Amino acid sequence: MSAASSSPQTASEKRLMVLIPAFDEEGAIAGVIAEVRSVVPGAYILVVDDSSDDATVFEARRAGARVLELPHHLGLGGCVQAGYRLAFELGFDYVIRVDGDGQHDPRDIPALLQALEKENCEMVIGSRFLSGSTLSKTVTGSGPVRSLGILFFRVVLRLILGRPVSDPTSGFVGVNRTALQMFSRTFPLEYPEIEALVVLQRKRFRFVEVPCRMRPRLTGRSSITGVKSIYYIAHVLLGVFVNILKYPGFARRKG
Amino acid sequence: MDRLLNVIALASILLIALVLTSVRREHIRVEYSVSWLLAGVALLVLSTWRGLIEQVAFALGVPDAAVALLTVSGGVFLVVLYRLSLRISGLKDSNIKLAQRMAILEYRIESLQSNHGAEGR
Repeated sequence: MSAASSSPQTASEKRLMVLIPAFDEEGAIAGVIAEVRSVVPGAYILVVDDSSDDATVFEARRAGARVLELPHHLGLGGCVQAGYRLAFELGFDYVIRVDGDGQHDPRDIPALLQALEKENCEMVIGSRFLSGSTLSKTVTGSGPVRSLGILFFRVVLRLILGRPVSDPTSGFVGVNRTALQMFSRTFPLEYPEIEALVVLQRKRFRFVEVPCRMRPRLTGRSSITGVKSIYYIAHVLLGVFVNILKYPGFARRKG
Repeated sequence: MDRLLNVIALASILLIALVLTSVRREHIRVEYSVSWLLAGVALLVLSTWRGLIEQVAFALGVPDAAVALLTVSGGVFLVVLYRLSLRISGLKDSNIKLAQRMAILEYRIESLQSNHGAEGR
């Protein structure tokens, strides 16, 4: 089965997929899809539903998005990877991930896409702490625990990657086809953002950060709160360590 | 100490009986019953063969045969649990791949059907 046979889009429209992982986002998903469509009208909008209990699928379809329905809850990494796999099989050149809760401002999608096309990198991260080329030392706008976690992982990643990362927990990311191919094969499954950076570095891929806006989520609440944040830090640290062991070599290409 | 050894012997017999019953009722696959049966038989032998457990206690540097038996029991069950963790991890990975593949195939079938329907109209 060819990619074209399952997609009604033309080749030029097909280059960009906007991937929206969603779990119980019935209150926000339609608005996110409408915003994305207004910013990038030709993009292929795919909602990956992680087996929501609410009407996320219905709302997403009603808003005109295509929906990849997972048969049961896989968690964020498994959900995003399913979208990456489909995007790779359908032949997309670029995938930009936008969260389904409305935190990411779709008006920044063109900046991410432009960076992917022009910066000769495999991945681009939308950073809420970058203003122009200036890195904010503070991490205001996040809760205290999350802020501490971000500061901690900034230091850890600086040591591992040999370069600063201002917003290591950002899920507002774009990838090109090379990264798409790799992530469709191997992708961190539970808390993917930070581990994915390490995987990229070990594979000698490059990433850049571009400034972006983040908004309060429209519905729901973060799953990483209280005691879970301690588990999150321990889990991600272990994941980073495992990825260092898994992929030999110290590739430090400045991005 | 004898009472503790007897309790462990009895527990071993119950474990073996439970596992065999579960295998007979097909609640546990034979391949996963082997670890538990081996663990049960090992504990039964050690708890009833006094000379052997005293030699094990001496080898471990433990003054008490019962403590040695509990230490060995802990080690045996750790190995069993580790094997199960390996198996669960493998199953989870397979399950994720299968779920993703199923969702993608379903998506592509629906896309084909909707394209076909559009052409038919």
